[in-house]
Amino acid sequence: MLNINCPYCGDRSQKEFAYGGDGTVKRPELNKEVSDEKWNEFVYLRKSPRGKHIELWHHIAGCRQWFKVQRDTVTHEIFKTAKMNEEIK
Amino acid sequence: MSQSYRIKNEGLINRNKEIIFKFNGKKYTGYEGDTLASALLANGVHLVGRSFKYHRPRGFFGAGVDEPNAKLQIQLNGHSEPNVNATEFELVEGVEASSQNCWPSVEFDIGAINNFLNRFFPAGFYYKTFMWPKSFWYKIYEPFIRKAAGLGIASVEKDKERYEHKYEYCDLLVTGSGPAGLSSAYSAAKNGAKVILAEDKPRFGGSLLTDDVTIDNLSGKDWADKIINELKEMPNVIVKNRSQVFGYYDHNMMVMFERTGDHLNDKPKYTPRQRLWYVRAKEVLLSTGSIERPIVFGNNDTPGVFLSAAAKEYIKVYGVLVGKKPLIFTNNDSAYETALEFKKQGIEPIILDTREERSSELIDSAKNQNIQIKFCHAVIAANGYKKVRSAQIGKLNKEKTGFENIQTIECDCICVSGFWTPTVHLASQSGNKLKFNDDIDAFIPDKSKQNETSVGASNGTFTLKKTLEDGFKTGFEVSKNITNNNISTSTPNSNETKKSVHDKFWCSPLPDGKNYKRFVDFQNDVAVSDIEVALREGYRSIEHVKRYTTLGMATDQGRTSNLNGLQLVANVEKKIVPQVGHTTFRPPFTPITIGTIVGREIDMEYMPTRKTPMHTWHEKNNAVFVDAGAWKRPRYYKQGNESLFEASKREAKNVRDHVGICDVTTLGKIDIKGPDAAEFLNRVYTNAWLKLPIGKARYGVMLREDGIVMDDGTTTRISENHYHMTTTTAQAANVLSHLEYYLQIVWPELNVNVISTTEQWAGAALAGPKSRDVLAKLFPNLDVTNESLPFMGYTEGDLFGIKARIFRISFSGELAYEVNVESDYGLYMWEKIIEIGREFNIQPYGTEALSTLRIEMGHVAGPELDGRTIPYDVSLEGLLSKKKDFIGKRSLQKEAFNKNDRQKIVGLVPTDKKSSIPEGSHLVVDKNAKLPNPKLGHVSSSCWSVENNNPFSLAIVKDGKNMIGKKLFAVSPLKNTAIEVEIISSHYVDHEGKRVRS
Repeated sequence: MLNINCPYCGDRSQKEFAYGGDGTVKRPELNKEVSDEKWNEFVYLRKSPRGKHIELWHHIAGCRQWFKVQRDTVTHEIFKTAKMNEEIK
Repeated sequence: MSQSYRIKNEGLINRNKEIIFKFNGKKYTGYEGDTLASALLANGVHLVGRSFKYHRPRGFFGAGVDEPNAKLQIQLNGHSEPNVNATEFELVEGVEASSQNCWPSVEFDIGAINNFLNRFFPAGFYYKTFMWPKSFWYKIYEPFIRKAAGLGIASVEKDKERYEHKYEYCDLLVTGSGPAGLSSAYSAAKNGAKVILAEDKPRFGGSLLTDDVTIDNLSGKDWADKIINELKEMPNVIVKNRSQVFGYYDHNMMVMFERTGDHLNDKPKYTPRQRLWYVRAKEVLLSTGSIERPIVFGNNDTPGVFLSAAAKEYIKVYGVLVGKKPLIFTNNDSAYETALEFKKQGIEPIILDTREERSSELIDSAKNQNIQIKFCHAVIAANGYKKVRSAQIGKLNKEKTGFENIQTIECDCICVSGFWTPTVHLASQSGNKLKFNDDIDAFIPDKSKQNETSVGASNGTFTLKKTLEDGFKTGFEVSKNITNNNISTSTPNSNETKKSVHDKFWCSPLPDGKNYKRFVDFQNDVAVSDIEVALREGYRSIEHVKRYTTLGMATDQGRTSNLNGLQLVANVEKKIVPQVGHTTFRPPFTPITIGTIVGREIDMEYMPTRKTPMHTWHEKNNAVFVDAGAWKRPRYYKQGNESLFEASKREAKNVRDHVGICDVTTLGKIDIKGPDAAEFLNRVYTNAWLKLPIGKARYGVMLREDGIVMDDGTTTRISENHYHMTTTTAQAANVLSHLEYYLQIVWPELNVNVISTTEQWAGAALAGPKSRDVLAKLFPNLDVTNESLPFMGYTEGDLFGIKARIFRISFSGELAYEVNVESDYGLYMWEKIIEIGREFNIQPYGTEALSTLRIEMGHVAGPELDGRTIPYDVSLEGLLSKKKDFIGKRSLQKEAFNKNDRQKIVGLVPTDKKSSIPEGSHLVVDKNAKLPNPKLGHVSSSCWSVENNNPFSLAIVKDGKNMIGKKLFAVSPLKNTAIEVEIISSHYVDHEGKRVRS
């Protein structure tokens, strides 16, 4: 079970969180033309990298904030967590 | 006769407390502090079970977790538990144990015929034999195998015991209280670290309890006691015995199994039987020690064959002799310690040492005591069926591939030692890739993947001096980084006997013409010949060999068999062990009970139960409840002997004719506030929201980004920047997460806040032509006329002193209102409505009638919004705004979503107007067509239309808009029905929606 450092609440057990998928996906802007390819990529296509991955987690049994987690998908090591308006490099 | 193998003045048992127990129906006595195994051995009982496949007689082999054979069925306090390890089970008054996997008895077991047919049961036997004919599998082979195989019998009774879970956090978790564990726990604790020390046995000390050593001028055991007592006094230390750390999970989450009550005869009422600990440790110190490995020889599974360290433990801890004429068979020095212990008890052991004659402190000591030692000798085979009677031994030739002379010597037990295997299971579970150490012929931990360190025998360190040094040092260094303290503890002096180098001999060759079974894995009955067969048949990967032969599987997890199996594969393949590699170690290290895993999460505590404030009223009025997620909702209110069908018809009819009241508290409610709330709703919902006036509600549909309908509900504008959203009961949590996602991640610039208010408001729906009359009496000061409170209107009122929100919305298709009050007043509101409504024939209605009403009206719900439908499919395309963008809109352009024959919701009536159509039925043209019969759609919801007095269903059908008037068959292979149906509009009642506006 992972130990996740919520940027708002601190270290908490994975039990309190829900996984939210790839944290680097950007939704196309509203009211703008989007090509089929771009839209398809946004809705369906996700990378499944081996190694470092920036992903979203939602503290559903806590502060209910979404935030970013940089995790190694092989070792599950968590390098960094950040608020949505913060960058992870 | 009683306890004739018990010796005086030795052991740590309490001889003042005799315990009576039963084994296979016979009474025996033992002492407090015994295990079931030591007590039986004290009584000379060796035969305790039959092996898994060949039903060969089996006895005890180890003295703890190393035991592969002695799994017993235990009866205690009216419970029956299978596969209990007799070498770990502490003796308690009244326990009844019995052998497993034998019939009619362990002494005479019919299944033993397998042993004599063993040439027909080679490795992979089940895979090969039961393949053909296919039809035999279910009826003949599987029942046969199930009956013949397996170990104990699981109880079908409800477990009445109490189990608990506990969460703990520490700086350092130490797993095992031998010299490595004690020293590191002690030095870390002295340096201020928060330490948990876990020992799986009842007694602390590990090898210190049995080894002839001194530390700090104290005996090993006395030193262990001293350290444990000090640790127990320290406020920063938790010391736990009977606690097995069995799993190493991510981020140093350690899971531990504590036997809190099993050893107590009078367990206090609230003491659990067992407890599961989740320990999050900053650092883990693995001091799990090592397990002796056997040398493989012929019939090495005969009862009376023991690991030599186990024989020593029985003497030193339990005061029990495993035999009176022992043969010690070894390739190293440590078995000499066992021989010397026998000698101390006046027993004359004979030592067979596979090595050339040599000298060492231990060997010399044995020689000085006139113990007979035969160097370059090995046991070829044990003689005896249910108990060792004698052994065939031989002098090894130079290459150790055969024997020069063979003789039989009498003995009643064989204590075998093939050197030591570090217990690396937890290290391996942590992700540590193991490395092979040539000096000890075994794997030891390599580079850590998580914060863990192995110290002592588990790290391949077999001397006390080095173990203590490493322990004190590691405990200090690990704690220093956490506590920032700098208090180091110096390593005490220690004395131990020096040991000489072991021999790599691990398996006795077969003499010419002999075909003894030589077991590698006792628990799974895997012999040398089985592994050879697997290799001959082309299995190469050790993982495949494992699966084909079952080597190293089951509860034993290869604790004693693993390395010998690898050695054998390496020999046959002409490789070395590290090239063969090892199989993966997985949790749990030792078996744990299901009860412990479940803990307190049973019955009512299995999951939370959500009850509405009106629940007690429903109970008093004979509601039959249905689960809606965690909620309990009245399904119907039973009157007399009514069936569900009759009751729901009555309730629905009463709504259509008079007025009904339904508890709608469970609907998801989300409070939305902020200056951008309207803009946010406009993006979330498919229809337009910017111009919704204050005091008005609107129906809305929200999509996922892929265009599929996510949820529907009404949202009401309470004030300028304040909206009240309702969701379906099932989707409440998902919708909230969805809204938070868009507000926090996609459009953080919107100034909006959302919060769930589901539990803050109690809701009652009033539906039916008389609902306005009830409302008018309920709120005498409020103008509730159609002009003042029209359809989709909202107002607030005073309900006998309580503030109420009144929404004119309708799910039933009737003139209807929803009244919300703060939850604490829910019951009060409900009772008031019932009281006032009486003169208008008000009746409560449950979810079944609710469904009937909405189905008749063609209103969609969960069965239609099933995660596969787009708005068009459920006839909600009218709610798709063309002027603005919204979540999922772009996906609706997909070609598949715009096909002419796209599926659409329709209504169905059986042509006989009688047969009700099972939900889930498939719609086909020809009910007798050959399978697979082309499917045109499926029935999503069915009811008995109270308005038209015949069955009616909703269905989603291919090319639905052009199907009206056609006839199809609704077939349900599950219910074995094929009903002819006519396709009609999905709006079966009040087509024009006049009633809701009346």
